[in-house]
Amino acid sequence: MQDTTANQVAANATSSFTEHLQRNRPGLLPFNQAMPATAGAGSQPLQVPHATTIVSLTYGGGVLMAGDRRATMGNVIASRHIEKVFPADRYSVLGIAGTAGIAIDLTRLFQVELEHYEKIEGTLLSLEGKANRLGAMIRGNLPMAMQGLAVVPLFAGFDLPVGVGRLFSYDVTGGRYEEQEHHAVGSGSMFARGALKKLWRPGLTEEEAVAVAVESLYDAADDDSATGGPDPVRQLWPVVYTVGRTGARRIPDHDLAAVAGAIIEARTTARREA
Amino acid sequence: MTQQFYVSPEQLMKDRADFARKGIARGRSVVVISCEEGIALVAENPSPSLHKIGEIYDKIAFAAVGKYNEFESLRQAGVRYADVRGYSYDREDVTARGLASVYAQSLGAVFTAEQKPFEVELAVAEVGESPSDDHLYRLTFDGSIADEKRFIVMGGQADKVAETVEGGWQRELNFAGAIRLAMKGLVTDKEAGELPASALEVAVLDRGSESARGSRRAFRRLGDDEIAALLSEEN
Repeated sequence: MQDTTANQVAANATSSFTEHLQRNRPGLLPFNQAMPATAGAGSQPLQVPHATTIVSLTYGGGVLMAGDRRATMGNVIASRHIEKVFPADRYSVLGIAGTAGIAIDLTRLFQVELEHYEKIEGTLLSLEGKANRLGAMIRGNLPMAMQGLAVVPLFAGFDLPVGVGRLFSYDVTGGRYEEQEHHAVGSGSMFARGALKKLWRPGLTEEEAVAVAVESLYDAADDDSATGGPDPVRQLWPVVYTVGRTGARRIPDHDLAAVAGAIIEARTTARREA
Repeated sequence: MTQQFYVSPEQLMKDRADFARKGIARGRSVVVISCEEGIALVAENPSPSLHKIGEIYDKIAFAAVGKYNEFESLRQAGVRYADVRGYSYDREDVTARGLASVYAQSLGAVFTAEQKPFEVELAVAEVGESPSDDHLYRLTFDGSIADEKRFIVMGGQADKVAETVEGGWQRELNFAGAIRLAMKGLVTDKEAGELPASALEVAVLDRGSESARGSRRAFRRLGDDEIAALLSEEN
């Protein structure tokens, strides 16, 4: 291409906040720091907090995402209060598993990315567009993932033109996969997924979907030490968001307390070991 | 070699200012009014997609008159500045004052150093807890900056429009009243007593966006139906 003014203007026009940072402030990107090379092949990975189980499922009017509240560092509980599910914008939510520090920064970057696009272009990005942008960011983090600082998100949103809730999973190379019905990521995901398989059915209502999500997290916490269960002593409940036609909504704590209370009571009554 | 004519700096600046002023005076006006419920931004703009009013950040909005390509590039630069700042520090560290001084510097630099000055006039508005906490900054083509109270009027016939708005302004105005007052101002120099909703571009910065809508972002663009409803509402 010729180096005319028009070409320069076109090349510099970007609606992407990440691209803008890449070009002008690369130091601000969460995945652009030069990490010191690990000493030798047998060295331990860095001891940093890890976020664990996220579950997501579709229901009649949209899609739901829930995460437990525990972060672990090796065999130690690093936090009982961590939040791993965030609203990305009005019609989508994002859950993160993996290295907590980088994941939270990536989430913040992703939130600004979507808002920036909306402000520059005057219109919302399509759901597929959002999912692709997130994939590109995860790919940007690949060098750090190779050093053991991986981030694995789960992305869910309401597709306004089609009128359905959709969810997407990712691998560390940024590969994007659309999931049907339900999905889970993180260390407790295999137990949560087993529960989801049994509890999920088409056409759940929002309340039923919340109950299914909390119960699947309960099952994950039962078998995975890195997943935290409902904590009636500290009054800590999972973070649950639903996304429907009217937008993302956080389920209030007193609703979750009731749902978790019902599950604990049912299991106490059943008096079963496993 | 051809001899360069000597032009005194005074003359040069005066010529540039006259040039920019002429460009701006051709355009239609924009009115920014601070009222009880927040800040109303009203522009006469027949295009539904080429905006003169835009969102910059949570509490900050932008309005402009003049050449579209010039103020649009300034708007985008403002959004980038605010987003970078909010991302690297915190959302509450983004202020209209910071943004306005960046705009003042870039407008000033373009005015003195470039071939031609920007033919634009900008308003940067930040909504506060109460009308006295609102910030309204007005920026002109040469980079001068003014901190206004109550309202800003820019564009062609700004003096006449400002006179009308000045006469009708009161602290208790709500959005409907502010928008009606702005329209009354915008039609001062016209024969028709009213503008249709489709010829107006209206946006508001809600003072209570967190409590009312649960959103940090106070900016809201109004649709034609909503504008028509507000205009027909009685005081």
